[in-house]
Amino acid sequence: MLEQVFRDEWGRVLASIVGFLGDIELAEDAAQDAFAIAAERWPRDGIPVKPTGWLITTARNRAIDRIRRERALAIKTEQLVRDMRDISEETMDETAAFPDERLELIFACCHPALALDAQVGLTLRTLGGLSTEEIARAFLVPFETMSKRLTRAKHKIRNAGIPFAVPPDHLLPQRLDAVLAVIYLIFNEGWGGGRIDLSAEAIRLGRAVVELMPDEAEAHALLALMLMGQARSAARFRGGELVLLDDQDRALWNQRQIDEGRKLLERALTLHGGGPYIMQAAIADLHLQQPRNWEQIALLYRSLEYFTNSPVVTMNRAIAVAELEGPEAALALLDRLELDDYRYYHSTRADLLRRLGRDNEARAAYARALQLTEPGPEQRFLDRRLANLSDSADQHIGS
Amino acid sequence: MRYALLVYNNVEVRDRIPEERRRITAEIAEVLSRPNVTGWLRLHDVESATTVRYEQGRTLLTDGPFLDSKDFLGGFIVVEVENLDGALAVAGELQELRGAAAIEIRPVHEERHIGA
Repeated sequence: MLEQVFRDEWGRVLASIVGFLGDIELAEDAAQDAFAIAAERWPRDGIPVKPTGWLITTARNRAIDRIRRERALAIKTEQLVRDMRDISEETMDETAAFPDERLELIFACCHPALALDAQVGLTLRTLGGLSTEEIARAFLVPFETMSKRLTRAKHKIRNAGIPFAVPPDHLLPQRLDAVLAVIYLIFNEGWGGGRIDLSAEAIRLGRAVVELMPDEAEAHALLALMLMGQARSAARFRGGELVLLDDQDRALWNQRQIDEGRKLLERALTLHGGGPYIMQAAIADLHLQQPRNWEQIALLYRSLEYFTNSPVVTMNRAIAVAELEGPEAALALLDRLELDDYRYYHSTRADLLRRLGRDNEARAAYARALQLTEPGPEQRFLDRRLANLSDSADQHIGS
Repeated sequence: MRYALLVYNNVEVRDRIPEERRRITAEIAEVLSRPNVTGWLRLHDVESATTVRYEQGRTLLTDGPFLDSKDFLGGFIVVEVENLDGALAVAGELQELRGAAAIEIRPVHEERHIGA
C-alpha cells in the first residue's frame, strides 16, 4: 500500500525538487531521503493529510541539509540559502499547494539534445520511479552501462542548460512528439518482449501527459492506442506461447481498457487531431472488430505512410493488402522496402511466402527473422512455424 | 548562460562561388550583430594551422590542424541566452543560411578560476 503511494508520488516529488534545485542528481538523493523517512514514520504516525506536500517539504529540507554538509558545494549553499530565504517563510509549509512540475521534467528528460536511449532511461527513472537496476534489466543492458548512461544524461541536462520548462508554442509540437515517441517506445519494448511491466509503465506515463496536457489530441490518441493494445495482453499468450490475434480468446480481452481507449480516441478526434497516433489508434480499434475491415485498415495505413514516410508503416499496409489482393501483391510491396534489420519484416515475408507455397524462400525468411529475435515467446513461435514448414516438406518428399 | 558555437566548415563551404559566399556572409553578419551574440572569431583557412603537441615525452611542432579531417573549425561564436534552446535557435538559424556543414554547441564554464 505504502509502496503504491510512493510509486505514484515519486514523479511529482522529484519534479518539484528538480524545479527547486535545478539538478536532477541532487534532487534524486533528496527525494530518496524523504521517501526513506516516510517509510519509517508513516506506518507509525499515519499517512499525513497531504502526503505529496509532506514529501516535497521533507525532500527540500533534506536537500538543503545535504548541500550544507558537502563542503565542496559551499558556494552553492550560500547562493541557495540566499535564494531560499523568501521561499522558506512562505511555502515551506507542507500543506501548501505545490505546483505540479512533472511536465517540465518530462520535457527536460525527452529533450532532443539527449540520445534517445538516455531519454527513455531517464524518463523511466525520474517520472516512472523505476530503479536503475530495473531499467537495466528491462532493456537487457548491464547495470553499469545503464547507470553511466543515466548519470551522463543528468550531467548533460545540468551542464548544457537543457531547460526545465514546457517549451514555447513554436517548439511545442515537435517537442511533444519527442515525449510521445519515448513513451511509445517504452510501451513497445514491453509489448515485443512480453515484459508487461514496461507497457503498464508507458500507460502510466501516457496518463500523466493526458492529465497535464488535456487539449493535446495526439497525447490522447497515444494513450488510446496503448490501452487498446494492452487490452489484449492476457489473450496474447497461452501457456507462455504467443497467440495471433485471430486465434485469441476474446473473452480474455479487457473490455474496460478497450472502452477507455475508444473514449480517448473520440476525445482526440473532437480536439481536431489528425496526427499519426490518431491514425494508429483508429487502426488498433479496427483490429479489435470482427470481421476486420481490411479496406479501412489499408486506407488508414496509406494516410499514415504519407505522414511518417516510414517503411514499417508500408510493411503493415502490405499485411492488409495481402488480405484484400492476395499475398503476391503484398510481397511486391515488401520487396521495395529496405528493412533487412527488422525482424517483423522477415517474419511477415516468411508468412506470405508460406501462404504462396514457396516453402524454400519461406524457410530462409523465417531463419533470418529468427536471427534477429531474442529468446522468448516470439522466437518459439517462429521456430514452430519453421518446423511446420520442414515437416510438410518431408511429407512432400515421402509422398 | 553562455554557449560557444563551434562553426565547422568543409570543402563544400570553402569552394562556394564568391557571390554566393558574399550573400551568405552578409546574412550571417546580421545574426552576429544581435545583442545575444557577445563575441565571435573567424579563423583563417585550415592550411594556415600549426599544431604543437606533446608526444612520448617531447613537444613536437607540426604543420596543419590537430585533427586531420574533411571538416575543420571555421570560427567561434559566443552567445548569451537563457538555456540550450536559445543557443539551438541561433545555431539553427545559421545553419539554415549556411546550408552545409555543422555547428557544435558547447556550454561555457562560468567559474573563472581555472581548475575548478
